[in-house]
Amino acid sequence: MIEIHNITKAFDGNLVVTGVSETIQKGEIFTIIGPSGQGKTTLLRILGLLERPTSGEVLLDGISVTGLPASDPNRRRIGMVFQNPVVFKDSVFHNIAIGLRYRGLPKEEIRKKVLQKLHEIGLSGYEHRNATTLSGGEKQRVSLARVMVTGPDVLILDEPTANLDPVSTEVIEDLIRYYNRVYNTTVILSTHDMIQGQRLADRVAVMMNGRFVQSGTIFTIFTRPCSVDVAKFIGIGNIIPGTIIRNEEGLSVILTHGSLIHAIGTFPVGTKVKIAIRPEEITIHTGPDRFSSARNVIAGTIEKIMPIGIISRVSVKSGDLILSAQVTWQSVRELDLRPGDRVYLSFKVPSVHIMPDEP
Amino acid sequence: MNDLLAGCETAIRLILTADPEVLNITIRTLQITSSSVGISAIFAIPLGAVITFRNFYGKRLLISIIQTLYALPTVIVGLLCYMILSRSGPLGELKWLFTPYGMVFGQTILIIPIMTGLTIAALQGIDPGISDTIRSLGASHLQFLKTHLREARFAIMAAIIVGFSRAISEVGTAVMIGGNIKGHTRVLTTAISLQTSMGNFSLSLALGIILLAIALIINLFMSFLQNR
Repeated sequence: MIEIHNITKAFDGNLVVTGVSETIQKGEIFTIIGPSGQGKTTLLRILGLLERPTSGEVLLDGISVTGLPASDPNRRRIGMVFQNPVVFKDSVFHNIAIGLRYRGLPKEEIRKKVLQKLHEIGLSGYEHRNATTLSGGEKQRVSLARVMVTGPDVLILDEPTANLDPVSTEVIEDLIRYYNRVYNTTVILSTHDMIQGQRLADRVAVMMNGRFVQSGTIFTIFTRPCSVDVAKFIGIGNIIPGTIIRNEEGLSVILTHGSLIHAIGTFPVGTKVKIAIRPEEITIHTGPDRFSSARNVIAGTIEKIMPIGIISRVSVKSGDLILSAQVTWQSVRELDLRPGDRVYLSFKVPSVHIMPDEP
Repeated sequence: MNDLLAGCETAIRLILTADPEVLNITIRTLQITSSSVGISAIFAIPLGAVITFRNFYGKRLLISIIQTLYALPTVIVGLLCYMILSRSGPLGELKWLFTPYGMVFGQTILIIPIMTGLTIAALQGIDPGISDTIRSLGASHLQFLKTHLREARFAIMAAIIVGFSRAISEVGTAVMIGGNIKGHTRVLTTAISLQTSMGNFSLSLALGIILLAIALIINLFMSFLQNR
């Protein structure tokens, strides 16, 4: 178990990490997501003991590891892989063996372990290759194997796939999952790719302005963002201002740009709020859908249709309210949707998330 | 042009016939230069590593001074070493003046700044990700230094080559400390200087060609090691 106690880090008086506290359980994959430049790398460098915090400490199974010498046995329980694949100007074998050599293992044991790791990362037979001649994805696999061969309890990965192609990214993600499951290694990973966070994480923390603004399960973060900034970061396309005008039977009625929207909420009447609705939660019809159970139905006119890969984002205007709905290409064709068409948008009450209106 | 051709002919003849005098000078040159380079490396490489990885007040100034000393005139080094090694100097007791030991001492002083400075440049050129990786793998201080030196080995080898080239080609220190004594302290550069002053241009040129040939062989050998 790794405990982060109130970590703060300042560079030349500028706070980069501000009072971060968290407990990460053994065997958990904990992902830190957030836009670039919010302190993720600095925090991970502190957890990887490459940087000393200005205040606070890191405990590994109850033992403070902050400030320990690099070769301390407890310090050696934490391994780190960086954003840019790092290899030494040497053979692949030497690259993977180096951490074991630091630990003074016998040659035969090193050989056995390195060959096993080469097999695991799918690079058997590469041991004599010069590591600098490998592709980016292969280099990152070597970087991962170099750490994992030392058997760390905690694996820290700082945006490990940020510079890799999708195929290499998938291989690295599979390896991370493999090492987590097979060796029960605690994984702390940072990424600005929220989908990667979704694919890998047991738990996620969103880091903004040097602090964890929200942490929880992927489901919580993606469906109940705590703020407009988080909602924007996780890609909620519709974030609209409104005012609670009525609370009835556990539902809030929000007036937004002349339209009424029903949502689950506890804010008092008169509160100014922001509501978030995912475009993928909104269904589009060309006429009123009498069979729909959706509580919210808004009629409007199509403003524009924007293709994004195999889907299309349809913007619909109703008075001053503009909502985006996400539909497949196929649906656009079948419904023969065109700008200027009159359509109906429907979405269920749980699809609407109310957030406090921030300045 | 005739002198040039004659010089080449003489050089080839001297090499093919293994002229004892030339062989003797060449071997002595190699012994003195290799010793200076070896001793300099023992001091310069660890010193360069310590300066690179330690943070201390005046570090930048020190590096600037070391880099300035690249241009140290050989006659100045010769003069300083003469004063240090002369009977009344602080190391006069060693009686190294006009001996190969004194020449090694002078050349070592001459090339230590170059090899230290180039070692610093080599280590500073290493990707910071490498340093982070070494630390995160749990290396001790000594392992940290050794891995960095290994990673910068090609650039450090280049530093050794530059040091060797500077030492083998210098004449100021060799003349002032060695005195160009035949069979004792005469090396290729001092022999060239003497033969030129005596008007034996073709022999001077021949010795120059041999000097360059040695430098070429050493460079090729180092390149071979780098490419392995």
